[in-house]
Amino acid sequence: MNPPDREVWSKLVFDKLVDAGVSLFSHVPDFGNTYIIKMADAHNETRSVLLSSEQEGVAIAAGADLVGERAVVCMQSSGVGNCPNYLSLVKGGRFPMLLIVTMRGDYGEENHWQYPVGQAVTPILEAMGVQVIQVDREDELEHATEAAISAAFVGGQGVALVLSQKFLGAKAF
Amino acid sequence: MGTINRRDLLPGLLPHPEEFLIVSGLAGASKDTAGLTDDGSNLFTMAGAMGSTVAMGLGVALSAPTRDVLAVAGDGELMMGIGSLATVASMMPNNLTIICIDNGMHAETGGQPGHTSRRTNLAIMAQGAGIPSVLTIETPDQINGAAKFITDEPGPRFLWARVSDEPPTAYKRDFDLAARRQIFRTAYLADK
Repeated sequence: MNPPDREVWSKLVFDKLVDAGVSLFSHVPDFGNTYIIKMADAHNETRSVLLSSEQEGVAIAAGADLVGERAVVCMQSSGVGNCPNYLSLVKGGRFPMLLIVTMRGDYGEENHWQYPVGQAVTPILEAMGVQVIQVDREDELEHATEAAISAAFVGGQGVALVLSQKFLGAKAF
Repeated sequence: MGTINRRDLLPGLLPHPEEFLIVSGLAGASKDTAGLTDDGSNLFTMAGAMGSTVAMGLGVALSAPTRDVLAVAGDGELMMGIGSLATVASMMPNNLTIICIDNGMHAETGGQPGHTSRRTNLAIMAQGAGIPSVLTIETPDQINGAAKFITDEPGPRFLWARVSDEPPTAYKRDFDLAARRQIFRTAYLADK
């Protein structure tokens, strides 16, 4: 079975984030977030922020929240390993947080290096007070995205929308 | 190490601190900013998440483009998030000033030497990251010029203030970060 069209699902996610008032799309580039970031650059009410490391995006989102704005952080799963200390802002400060995590190292991964953090994504996030909403199938994406937006920006929670390799398709080496 | 007493630094640099939105990092940096503003509602101080100050200041600056924003960090804090200088330079927020209060040591944990007491030059690192306006000060007579640097030079700005080993401002700030988030947001949104 072919993976879903990246541009199509990316537009669904991006449009819902824009509708929710997200203005900043912080990211470390990943194959899985390419289109979302392109859309954030092209849209006149959103900006992308290129990070040097994923945890910066957590702090940027917290800074945006201090002045009533909304930001998301897009990262590959390996970047979750860089974030825990900064997620103190979520667990200790109740800053709303929405992470968009595109998985490696979970389903059919061929790169040995991706497994250690890939398999630790959910425990790391849950330990730091971030709820995981995982998408394995294309028909789950729309509701999962809506749920993540509601939990973060209405419910004031830390949330990660985790797009698994079952959904994305595994990269071949 | 410089000869500036850090307790004189922020009052000299910022005669009107209420005009800024301020984020400051652990530990001495936040004692100094809290002392300056009496732990004001325009200040968010940190006592953890080491390294995050510059990035959080960037988030504020990008999201409140009509306000002047300060990120105040010690040298240990700045080094831990040093890549954020490149992230700032890529975004070029003209309303952001980064102030590094550099005492060359980890004073909070017992005064262990930091990189800047050895060979690390933060001004060159900031320039190398692409920050357009960078200034280094080391002596008390340079503080007035640095105040003009903050108001007059194009942003983003990086001020490297090399201070002596004297202690930070004695101030007991509120460590409840969830409460401080609400105080900052409420004040900002009411004022907006």
